[in-house]
Amino acid sequence: MSGGLYSTEKKDFDLTLDLKKIKPYGDTMNDGKTQLSFTLPVPAGDEAIEAAKQLMKKMGFENPLVVYHKELTKGFTFFNCYGSCTHTVDYSGIHVPKVESTKWDMKETDDFIRENIGRPLIVVGASTGTDAHTVGIDAIMNMKGFAGHYGLERYEMFEAHNLGSQVPNEEFIAKAIELKADALLVSQTVTQKDIHIKNLLELVEMLEAEGLRDKVILACGGPRITHELAKELGYDAGFGMNTYADDVASFIAQEFVRRKNK
Amino acid sequence: MQNSKLGLDFNKVAHAKAVARNIADDVQKFVDQYTTVAVERTLCRLLGIDGVDANTVPLPNVLVETIKEKGVLNQGVLLFLGNAIIETGMSPQQIAETVAEGRLDPTTLPAHPEEEVKRALQPYVDASIKRISDRRAKKENYLNTIGEGPKPYLYVIVATGNIYEDVVQAQAAARQGADIIAVIRTTGQSLLDYVPYGATTEGFGGTFATQENFRIMRKALDEVSEEVGRYIRLCNYCSGLCMPEIAAMGALEGLDVMLNDALYGILFRDINMQRTLVDQFMSRVINGFAGVIINTGEDNYLTTADAVEQAHTVLASDLINEQLALLAGLKEEQMGLGHAFEMDPSLTNGFLLELAQAQMIREIFPKATLKYMPPTKFMTGNIFRGHIQDALFNMVGIWTSQGIQLLGMPTEAIHTPFMSDRYLSIENAKYIFNNMKDIGEEVEFKKDGIVQSRAKEVLDKAIALLENIEREGLFTALEKGIFADVKRPKNGGKGLEGVAAKGEHYYNPFIELMLNNK
Repeated sequence: MSGGLYSTEKKDFDLTLDLKKIKPYGDTMNDGKTQLSFTLPVPAGDEAIEAAKQLMKKMGFENPLVVYHKELTKGFTFFNCYGSCTHTVDYSGIHVPKVESTKWDMKETDDFIRENIGRPLIVVGASTGTDAHTVGIDAIMNMKGFAGHYGLERYEMFEAHNLGSQVPNEEFIAKAIELKADALLVSQTVTQKDIHIKNLLELVEMLEAEGLRDKVILACGGPRITHELAKELGYDAGFGMNTYADDVASFIAQEFVRRKNK
Repeated sequence: MQNSKLGLDFNKVAHAKAVARNIADDVQKFVDQYTTVAVERTLCRLLGIDGVDANTVPLPNVLVETIKEKGVLNQGVLLFLGNAIIETGMSPQQIAETVAEGRLDPTTLPAHPEEEVKRALQPYVDASIKRISDRRAKKENYLNTIGEGPKPYLYVIVATGNIYEDVVQAQAAARQGADIIAVIRTTGQSLLDYVPYGATTEGFGGTFATQENFRIMRKALDEVSEEVGRYIRLCNYCSGLCMPEIAAMGALEGLDVMLNDALYGILFRDINMQRTLVDQFMSRVINGFAGVIINTGEDNYLTTADAVEQAHTVLASDLINEQLALLAGLKEEQMGLGHAFEMDPSLTNGFLLELAQAQMIREIFPKATLKYMPPTKFMTGNIFRGHIQDALFNMVGIWTSQGIQLLGMPTEAIHTPFMSDRYLSIENAKYIFNNMKDIGEEVEFKKDGIVQSRAKEVLDKAIALLENIEREGLFTALEKGIFADVKRPKNGGKGLEGVAAKGEHYYNPFIELMLNNK
């Protein structure tokens, strides 16, 4: 292919959407257009641009286009690029594990707990290990909540205990026993070098050793957490980006009743 | 009378400062009567004691733990050290090494008269003061010869965990236009009751603050300062359980900026309030003497509380931090009082409210090198909108003549900055700072409009809060959760066991020397 797609009047590719073979969309179906930026550890120049293009071809992009480059510091060049992705994905065959609960608002969840459980559920949450960030756990638990989604403290049918940040797993478990927790929430915000995974695993192992794992609903959350990862680590649910207190509250209420009825 | 673009009533400002002064004086009465293990370790470091024992315990900890175990922490470490110098003829460093080897107990030596002990310490005290003065003179010489960037200074962070990789990132950032490089500390260091030793290459979310790491980075920044023809400042964190020790290490190694808040550790790290308030005083005396700009952490109030509802807590805390800092000998120019651009971006006219608050802080602290913090709470992973949020933040920064602009990164909330993130952020700030350079001089605010009304409202609420704290006293106010909705018991939290009421013979000559020798 030469001349680039922009100058081609007649598209020489199939313009129909096939969910078995999807690829990125720029402004025409199946054009594969993708934008990306990266830095290469080489000085700016024609060789650097060529290196960026070759790299993009190896990534599976046709017609790689370096639209901007800048040497950030001696020996490091930043690129903004476009290309047409040659790879496709079968969308129709995808299955992603999801938290199996219906998302309700605060009133619906409170009513459900009142009718089906008849007492407030006790939730203990913390940002554990060395993590000093409370942003995540505060967003889920504090009265104010986040972005208009009220936190668990505002629910009538949750008794929420936010232990704050840098809580060691031992202390977290001791507090859970003391407060007779129905559910435990662990927030992990700083995740460098996968320390969050070690920390989350350690908690599960300690709960199992104490014989508590099956007695509590255990969930974790944070920007790098997915439900799939949480399940792999032995948690009941994981809450990642763009999930709020309502997601967590609905899940805890429904899971509690699900277990009760087993 | 100062002219206000906001129509602020400066009689009210003067009243707010007087109330904050009363709160600070009350705290200082307490502080003057106490010492802490961190203060005593600081004195060890100032006398040149460094290094670790066979178990990698820092020698200042070894020495101070020894006197604490003997129940004589209240007498302070210096009298025992001075006495040991007379008895053994060794230097403080040699004494510390000998104690660490278990061959000397400084508390059981025959006691010499106080005056003799003080004379024995004098050469080491003088050498320490001289070393810090010389380090400060070296910095001032740089500022007088190669100069510095215009304000607001561009402040970026490096956080690789490896000090040698940090150097590469920091020098790159300086070449791109950064004026201040902050080396983020590894997660959890604030709660260590010792300062790790030596160069470090492993950290989580940041790099250990050690004296050797300070030295490595300051040297790298000296090199790049000469290369770019602009003095590049180095920032670290004087907070947590080792506040004054880190101040001493920074003073000895020529750090320029230190995070150093009087209340942050209490509210956000659950460090005991007595411990932190005593530690902050000593740390600030050292920072004042070393010519360090301190940064306070008011932005943290807004990361969980609402930035519109709780704006007055930021101002109230700035006013208390200012008065405590004045008592510790810091000049107004050395005060990087903090505030932040943290309102929900969906708020109608949010920009005007942010502008009002930034201008208000500017007018209330006219000489301070204000530290303005970027959006973090509402950074979503949408890097494109994030870059615009940072642009609005930069507009307020140049418009209201902030001192230090802590540059927001489009990838905030995703990862610690890539080299390219820093470049994009610096480019953003430089474009706006140049393109809108004199907007603050050109544009006035409508009388009793949104901006003026907002500033007045925040000031009034801050005064009401300060009056409440004054009535209760800061300690009780903190216990009742009057501040930032966080309740902290006076005898709770971390580090209380390291606090002791000063004994009759307690000796610390540095406070007086540093306060009087500017």
